[in-house]
Amino acid sequence: MTPEAAPPALDFWSMLFVFVLSSFIGLGVIRRVSRLLHTPLMSITNAISAIAVVGSIIVAGGEYPLKIRILGAIALFASMTNIVSGFLITDRMLKMFKTERKPAAGEQS
Amino acid sequence: MSQAVVQLAYILATVLFIFALHWMNTPATARNGVYAGVAGMVVAIAVTWAQPEVVNHAWIIFPIIAGFAVGIPLARVPLTAVPQRTALSHAFGGLAAGLVGTAKYYLWLSEGPENLTAFRMVAIIVEIILGYLTFTGSLMAAGKLQEVKWVPQRPVTYPFQNVINLLLLAIAVALGIALVLHPAADWAPRLFPAIIGLALLFGILLIIPIGGADMPTVIAILNSYAGLSAVAMGFVLDNKLLITAGALDGSSGLILAIIMCKAMNRSFANVLFGAFGQVQQAQIGGEAKVYKAETIEGAAQVLEQASLVVVIPGYGMAVAQAQHKVRELYDLLKKRGITVKFAIHPVAGRMPGHMNVLLAEADIPYTDLVEMDEINPDMPQCDVALVVGANDVVNPAARTDKTSPIYGMPIIAADKARTVFAIKRSKNPGFAGIDNELYFSDRTWMLFGDAKSVIGELVKQLSGGSGMH
Repeated sequence: MTPEAAPPALDFWSMLFVFVLSSFIGLGVIRRVSRLLHTPLMSITNAISAIAVVGSIIVAGGEYPLKIRILGAIALFASMTNIVSGFLITDRMLKMFKTERKPAAGEQS
Repeated sequence: MSQAVVQLAYILATVLFIFALHWMNTPATARNGVYAGVAGMVVAIAVTWAQPEVVNHAWIIFPIIAGFAVGIPLARVPLTAVPQRTALSHAFGGLAAGLVGTAKYYLWLSEGPENLTAFRMVAIIVEIILGYLTFTGSLMAAGKLQEVKWVPQRPVTYPFQNVINLLLLAIAVALGIALVLHPAADWAPRLFPAIIGLALLFGILLIIPIGGADMPTVIAILNSYAGLSAVAMGFVLDNKLLITAGALDGSSGLILAIIMCKAMNRSFANVLFGAFGQVQQAQIGGEAKVYKAETIEGAAQVLEQASLVVVIPGYGMAVAQAQHKVRELYDLLKKRGITVKFAIHPVAGRMPGHMNVLLAEADIPYTDLVEMDEINPDMPQCDVALVVGANDVVNPAARTDKTSPIYGMPIIAADKARTVFAIKRSKNPGFAGIDNELYFSDRTWMLFGDAKSVIGELVKQLSGGSGMH
């Protein structure tokens, strides 16, 4: 086990670096997000964290045993659902934020 | 495709995701954020799909089609249902992370135990515990928000609840450590599902004691977990794009949870383990207090005389579907030259920012939606504060009554306004079961009835007195 342990350990540190730095970028950027938009923010970050799609594609599409691929395919379905609904609903909500109302032509409800 | 191209594409995707979030800092640029996010996602998917080890394309195409088939209707839910949609998507995110972690473990086990290094095992264990607990926890949260029949709405508590929950988690972690030490032992493939089971159970038990009023915080915390489980997946797969995107999501959830906690003057631990909504029933003081009711005509007259009207909406407004009537009232008052603002408490609604979206849908310009901290200094100049479906966020007990469960929570200073009109369906206390002093203040007049019909009557009065009551 010891010879293999060396390269991943190096990887671990660079990944931890990436994690810590991107968390700080995240904190900095999110702190400035308008409070008006916290619900759309949550929807868009849902969609972005569905980047798990990348891992799912590799597991589902690889030359692996059937059971493994089934797990991957379900994961891919779940991530894809998040991507599609996350981005669509974010855009749908953002379209509603206007500075001025258009002339009161169409009365709703 | 060479590794360099893949890595470059992943860096590009990361940059696009950061811009996506950056553009959310104002509504004017926010839609660009969506386009940047979509572009980043398309790049990431295309490059991954083009990798040589991905050979079974049908296995990718069908799940993607299914994802569209479910995702498109999910994006069309009414805006009142957005919190449960969000919780559901956290559940999907957690599930994806859990499944990929599970697949990777069994794959590496079958390819040879030398693949299961201690580092990879730690990452896998973290990924599956976080992923599966987020899955069931978010499903529970979604069920509570959707008011699904078999999910208890009220907090469910039992003796030694926190001890039992923490014990479960501790057992899962201990089993995880055993697996890290002996990833390829005979019993390991059977121990692995036990950890999954414990994580699934822990997720359910974690959310069961949490009541409706705390849902905004819980959703934000689960958001953070979903992001962190993606990060753990990145560690497992040695993929930095997963780490960066997951970290962005994780920090977003964290910030929103902190904002929610501050807005309720509570700590994380208190939200998760405090079982709010239990103790504070029936604390109403000895003397019977009397509400002063006002008629629609009287209220309409006072509104006409005002120069600054502040509407304080709560989730009750959305429940009564009164937003569109409120907008008509807003229009009528505006037409008379009256300034109308909406005071938004951070926890108004059922998830962070929910009230803003509900009002934006009713076509109210976002420039008139004002944060609590900005409106409070202006409240003494406010002629009429109109409370629509809000309760705890205007309860002065938060400032004065040390015994109140909401003591210390920042509130909108409705009591500082010259006149307060509060619309209330019945004379019962509000969501958290707390009596509200504001309603008995000598400046406060109650308008009893359903929010939608009360506002509708006000609109009728103000739009030319065709009142027939």
